[in-house]
Amino acid sequence: MDHFEVFGLPRRLAVDTAELQRKFYELSRRYHPDFHQAAPPEEQVRALEASAGLNAAYRTLRDPIARIEYLVRLEEGRDTKEGATVKPKAPPELLEEMFEIQEALAEAKAGGLDEAGRAALVVQRDRLMARLGDEETRLVGPLSQGWDASQPAERQRVLAAMKEALAIRAYLRTVIDDLNDALGESQEGYVTYRRH
Amino acid sequence: MSRIVGIDLGTTNSLVAYVDEKTGLSRVIPDGEGRVLLPSVVSFTDEGVVVGDAAKRLLVRRPAATVYSVKRLMGRGYEDVKEELCYLPFKVAPCDGIVRIQVGDREVTPPEVSAIVLKSLKERAEAHFGEPVEKAVITVPAYFNDSQRQATKDAGRIAGLDVVRIVNEPTAASLAYGLHRLKAGVIAVYDLGGGTFDISILRVKDGVFEVLATNGNTHLGGDDFDRAILVWLLDDILSKHGVYLGRDSEAMQELRLAAEAAKVRLSTEERTTLTIPFEGFTYHREITRAELEGLIGKLVDSTLGPCRMALADTGLALSDIDEVVLVGGSTRVPLLRRRVQELFGKTPHSQLNPDEVVALGAAVQAHILAGGITSMLLLDVTPLSLGIETLGGIVSVLIPRNTTIPTSAREMFTTSVDGQTVVDLHVVQGERELAKDCRSLARFELRAIDPMPAGMPKIEVTLLIDANGILQVQAKELRTGKAASIEVKPTYGLTEAEVERMVEESFAYAEADVEARLLIETRNEADTVITHVERALRQGADLVGEEERGRIRTALEALRAARQTDDRDRIRELTTELNRATEHLADVMMDAALRGALASKRASEIMESTS
Repeated sequence: MDHFEVFGLPRRLAVDTAELQRKFYELSRRYHPDFHQAAPPEEQVRALEASAGLNAAYRTLRDPIARIEYLVRLEEGRDTKEGATVKPKAPPELLEEMFEIQEALAEAKAGGLDEAGRAALVVQRDRLMARLGDEETRLVGPLSQGWDASQPAERQRVLAAMKEALAIRAYLRTVIDDLNDALGESQEGYVTYRRH
Repeated sequence: MSRIVGIDLGTTNSLVAYVDEKTGLSRVIPDGEGRVLLPSVVSFTDEGVVVGDAAKRLLVRRPAATVYSVKRLMGRGYEDVKEELCYLPFKVAPCDGIVRIQVGDREVTPPEVSAIVLKSLKERAEAHFGEPVEKAVITVPAYFNDSQRQATKDAGRIAGLDVVRIVNEPTAASLAYGLHRLKAGVIAVYDLGGGTFDISILRVKDGVFEVLATNGNTHLGGDDFDRAILVWLLDDILSKHGVYLGRDSEAMQELRLAAEAAKVRLSTEERTTLTIPFEGFTYHREITRAELEGLIGKLVDSTLGPCRMALADTGLALSDIDEVVLVGGSTRVPLLRRRVQELFGKTPHSQLNPDEVVALGAAVQAHILAGGITSMLLLDVTPLSLGIETLGGIVSVLIPRNTTIPTSAREMFTTSVDGQTVVDLHVVQGERELAKDCRSLARFELRAIDPMPAGMPKIEVTLLIDANGILQVQAKELRTGKAASIEVKPTYGLTEAEVERMVEESFAYAEADVEARLLIETRNEADTVITHVERALRQGADLVGEEERGRIRTALEALRAARQTDDRDRIRELTTELNRATEHLADVMMDAALRGALASKRASEIMESTS
């Protein structure tokens, strides 16, 4: 059973999250090991697996980006672990800036950071975060709607566009993490992306 | 289904509770004398093992054989705890794997010590119900890792309990509140106990308690507050009396207990006085709440970072938190309440007794598991990311932190050498990128792979975290469909064989009957009084007349003689008598100490005004 089937949903990206949560609680009451303590061992194992499957499905589908990553993987027939769906790719229009950032990062690593350098990195980071926000808005907005409205013949094209956007997002997140590391701000305030 | 009790196995105190079928309410079970809290202290005496209040009384007199705060050592290695060993009067020898405590010629592990506490609670519950109790839900700090949870489960088994569920303390507390007091919404549970700190953020809706994120520090609690005060007192005594007491374990215990008592008083009073008689001098000191806050401010503030991190993991804003609940004895500290209130911008709840609320919630979870409640469901998370060490020592995360449990992850492995039949796996827990910076949980050997060219075997490994937050591992070779056998070597845990041996041993030792234990406790109490009176006679003999001294000596000798017999009633009677005979002397000594303190204060004031 794939994650959409667990919730009895079609393979579409528009998901009513309030309804998803209601259904998650309802199914949890059915599968959770707490309610199968007195059952025979094989039934307990089944409940444990069903419950784990339900939790994984809910975790994936409640988050619009994880939902897209999962869909891409599902459409390509791959069953690897979550996350590493796409190779990171630099946004083409930002290539030049990326070189500058990498240089600044190398400098920061080698000899520390003066106030001006630091301020420049903060500006860069904030700009990349804005760019990341744009990419995510595009993914959960027009691209997701495009998938849901597409005819079978258009699907490959929409999938390719989503993969491209996911690759750029992955790249931006890595660079933002590096910038935060260099700025020493990765501990608090900003959640590191690398781990998720 | 048979009865299941809920147990809060705490750093400082432990409790057992159940849900009353008739009223549907949680109740804590008192002992024969009406005491609800069982101090988590175990003393290994020549006559046998003593636990609870009786063991607590031995802290000062037999520091090397009396183990307390053992929860801080559960599931840990020597390297983890070596820095605080100088504050612990019992001996922990350097060794690989889990911590081992040296008491006399015996070596005990933290799960064995905890098992003694659990067994005492089990007996308390059995006395209450008049029937055997074999199943329990035991609580642990939410931020406990796999080793610490497993150690707790082992302790239960050694105590003869089937631990049907390990439940997180803040979540248990939310269940206790949830019974009647919680509206739907997002709640933050801030739980600071004797040795551990947790923050959990939950969504409560339609009877479902869904934990969204948790964070914490399994090595931060009231013990650390006491230690901060203790260190300060040591300095103060050194400068006032020229004596350094840091290496005198009896004096250190006395100071630690005095520091704890002062901390507790300063939660309700603005200032308090410490008077501690030592060999050769009496230490006297006033301490104000402001001074205490200066000592513990940093520790209190260090809990705020984890609160912000948990919130960040939920993706919610501070304004989304509807209610804040305080749990754990340390949340009585006014400074802490202020800080929590400032952080969340809300007045925290603390209507339920913070010492009891976790046990009450454990009883609710026990009742759910027994089928007694079907309207409530707890969905908890795993606090730390779980991963496997890959090439170059990098961690590949398979289950991220704050994933709802139960949860599972599959990963494929293969061989790197032709004909290889064994594959090693190193499972770690933590948020760092390198395996060496994370917590090593266990090494697994996947065996009995058929010899094939390198890269040919496809071994599917399933890591499953069950509803207890404990890891289970399964492996299958996909080409042959054979289950690969797994040998587990826990890094900081007991092996299956060790647990079984301890279970057997505990049955063998269990026969010590109640009468024998009561006798030991009575003797211990007599010893405590004898020690105090001897010291009082040495220090204050000239404060009272010859006739009074004579009366005290007679009572003392009578008790000493009775102590050698097995007559428990007589020992208790004479202990009371000796106490009564010394009352006046104690009063006189206290007056003298106070006068002395006043005099020295006046002297210092005079110095100030003339300088």
